[in-house]
Amino acid sequence: MAGIVSYGTYVPLFRLGRGTAGWEGPAERAIANFDEDSVTMAVAALRGALTAMDASTIDALYFASTTQPYAEKQSATTIGWGANLRTDIFTVDCTDSLRAGTNALKLALDATKAGSAKRVAVVAADNRLAQPRSSFERTFGDGAATLVIGEDHVIASIDGHLSFSHEIMDTWRSADEDMVRSWEDRFRLEKGFIESLRESVSKALQKFGTTTKDYAKVIFSAPDARAHREAARALGLEAIQVQDGLFSVLGNTGTAFPLMMLIAALEDAQPGDRLLLASYGDGCDVFSLQVTPEKAQLSARRGMKAHLAAKKLLPNYEQYLRWRGLHQPDPGVRRPPMPTPSATALFRERETNLRFSAAKCRACGTVQYPPQRVCTKCGKRDDYDHVRLADKPAKLFTYALDYIAGSVDVPLVVCIVNFEGGGRALMTMTDRVIEEIEVDMPLEMSFRKLYEAEGIHNYFWKCTPVRIRN
Amino acid sequence: MAESIRDKVAIVGMGCTKFGERWDASLEDLLVEAGYEAFEDAKLEAKDIQAAWVGTVASDRTGQFLANALKFDYIPITRVENACATATDAFMNACFAVAAGVYDIVMAAGVEKLKDNPYTGLAVGGGTLTSGVEPAVPPPVQFALAATRYAHHYDLPMEELKRILAKIAVKNHANGAKNPKAHFRREIAVEDVLKAPTVAWPLGLYDCCGVSDGAAVAIITRPDIAKQIRDDYVLVKGIGFAVSGRQGLLQDDYDFVHFEENVRAAKMAYEQAGIKDPLKEIDLAEVHDCFTITELLIYEDLGFAPRGRARERVDAGTFELNGELAVNPDGGLKCFGHPIGGSGLRMIYEVYKQLQGKAGPRQRKSPTLGLTHNIGGRPGSFTCSVAIFGR
Repeated sequence: MAGIVSYGTYVPLFRLGRGTAGWEGPAERAIANFDEDSVTMAVAALRGALTAMDASTIDALYFASTTQPYAEKQSATTIGWGANLRTDIFTVDCTDSLRAGTNALKLALDATKAGSAKRVAVVAADNRLAQPRSSFERTFGDGAATLVIGEDHVIASIDGHLSFSHEIMDTWRSADEDMVRSWEDRFRLEKGFIESLRESVSKALQKFGTTTKDYAKVIFSAPDARAHREAARALGLEAIQVQDGLFSVLGNTGTAFPLMMLIAALEDAQPGDRLLLASYGDGCDVFSLQVTPEKAQLSARRGMKAHLAAKKLLPNYEQYLRWRGLHQPDPGVRRPPMPTPSATALFRERETNLRFSAAKCRACGTVQYPPQRVCTKCGKRDDYDHVRLADKPAKLFTYALDYIAGSVDVPLVVCIVNFEGGGRALMTMTDRVIEEIEVDMPLEMSFRKLYEAEGIHNYFWKCTPVRIRN
Repeated sequence: MAESIRDKVAIVGMGCTKFGERWDASLEDLLVEAGYEAFEDAKLEAKDIQAAWVGTVASDRTGQFLANALKFDYIPITRVENACATATDAFMNACFAVAAGVYDIVMAAGVEKLKDNPYTGLAVGGGTLTSGVEPAVPPPVQFALAATRYAHHYDLPMEELKRILAKIAVKNHANGAKNPKAHFRREIAVEDVLKAPTVAWPLGLYDCCGVSDGAAVAIITRPDIAKQIRDDYVLVKGIGFAVSGRQGLLQDDYDFVHFEENVRAAKMAYEQAGIKDPLKEIDLAEVHDCFTITELLIYEDLGFAPRGRARERVDAGTFELNGELAVNPDGGLKCFGHPIGGSGLRMIYEVYKQLQGKAGPRQRKSPTLGLTHNIGGRPGSFTCSVAIFGR
């Protein structure tokens, strides 16, 4: 029986909420930092799912997003490198719909059942942009989730599935635009979301031979809290069955939303619980799941609860606008423009930059980053193993604060980071509060987007304070 | 068996431009200014120069611009680049050619035009494209990493370290005020330094040298020819030059509170010059105070103070103009700014004038040995030069 073998999630650190100067929304929204995008968040969520799982056992990676960085260049390949997957695997980007995450889930199930893959990682991530001061801005959130699908050690089996497609211009974004558009509110709620959800769930339950009463939790994404409540009524659910929509603490995270809600449900679910998952976007995907006794064996990882709790409020709305490039004040210093990264250098340095691998000399054991052909300590040539620094605990050896960097995050925190087991790197720190930085503080590594130049999105690692103690 | 450079090479003429925001001067103008001062000093002309070395980091390529400026007649010219030790590297190679007996009279020049750039702070880059993932860390931030660690390593409250660093800036400004060729000629107080805006915490504006234009030139020959030109020629006693293989960046046990390249280059130079106790034997030292923290570490690395205790000597005034060992008597990089390709020769100019008794209000009493020092790069990976001069 195919199902979920592992899961991982990622909610960015920062929030817009009560206490953010210039922000009027009643709810808290999770917002990605300026150096995060759907690819970086996907890497974080995938690493979370691989906490106690060998990355080399993943046979396929399905990445779902409506906000992937490229229209032509696969993001799944980059995510695979960042999460240290093999390259002899099937990678695909699923896109264009808020249902893309569950689209990918359906495809993953089919692949697993057909035997073309033993373990498929389904990763969904979105950071959708909304017009400043719009209602979308108050309801959108940023985040990512991973489900690893397989047939061995299943913690929640996926027993049934039904999909309906629904052709409607309710919420959409043209390929050449930045901002999501929508038609009139009542129309999109009644004829889009509610109509499709009601029809699909009803038909799905008939197919599964169940009623809503058979499910401990019914998990469904919705455009916003009000639509979520209306849909719960339309489906005839009891309050206790309705999985929290997280609208007041997270926001609608697009393709990741249904998977993040599902993970939140799994965190609390008991073996034997049946879960109904419905995801709307140009139609509905409906799944019936059942939690297995294996769930009790799942190793601890940073889930939805931990991510939602470990948060920092943005001090002002203007910072959010700057992060999104919606407001670009003069940096006050004249710095040279960012040069185009060399694609040949990027290609040569994939192991070093994307997997974040150092070299450990086989002759003397010295760990050096970046990898050196000739060992810096003993001089042995071309005789080393790769050591992935991304997962190593680290400490801050020294740091400086650059006030003339002209970067989005001023002061830029420049760090010398020492890794457990050896090795050192010069890095910048992100997701940081300046007053909390001190020499010797523990650090962890996060995959981030440094910048975009000439259409190349340049990804690399930054260090962050340890966000969640395990 | 290779021999020391000691007493094999003599300087018979030098020139140095006014350093600063030389909007009025092009690269060639600066070389004419410094070059002709050197010719007049040595009573020589362009036709007497048989070969030349010209150092610049970013201002031009090939040796042609020197030949063009001084109208040399198709002589061999090597363009040299080695970060902040560029000019001293040019000088060093000019010395080798003379010591090897290949040429009789040669020129070493160093020059940089930085003020034609529109950028805040130093923005020297270019070169081949890279993957671009390494953070662009400008010099103040690089050296700030050492300052943060120094305070931590020696358990110093940051306020105390900043006070010591401020005194170094104050000393250099006091010296620069006595130097008509310096860019900044105003005295400052410790309070000015402590109140200045932060550039790269923990370093503030007055912990950093400025960006400026300038050039300096030396005419070099063998001692037997030098004797015929002047009595007060200056001899090269030793040159040390240490280039990092990035050991400090790659090896995680590098401490960030010393610069190994300083130690190695000083050792080479002291051995060649026969110096055992630098603090006692050296009268003046022009060192690379790109940042106040750099000068503090230099005191320890060059053996002017014991490890971790340089601040005691700062407080005692050991390195003041009238102290036991005057450091940066001409005002240093702090007052001249740092036209990268030129600074090394500007330092040699001060030592040369001091040894000849021509340093005016900055004159040290009967100096016998002077030292110049440059360091370029970043903590963990530097190019460093140390040169010793005497009579």
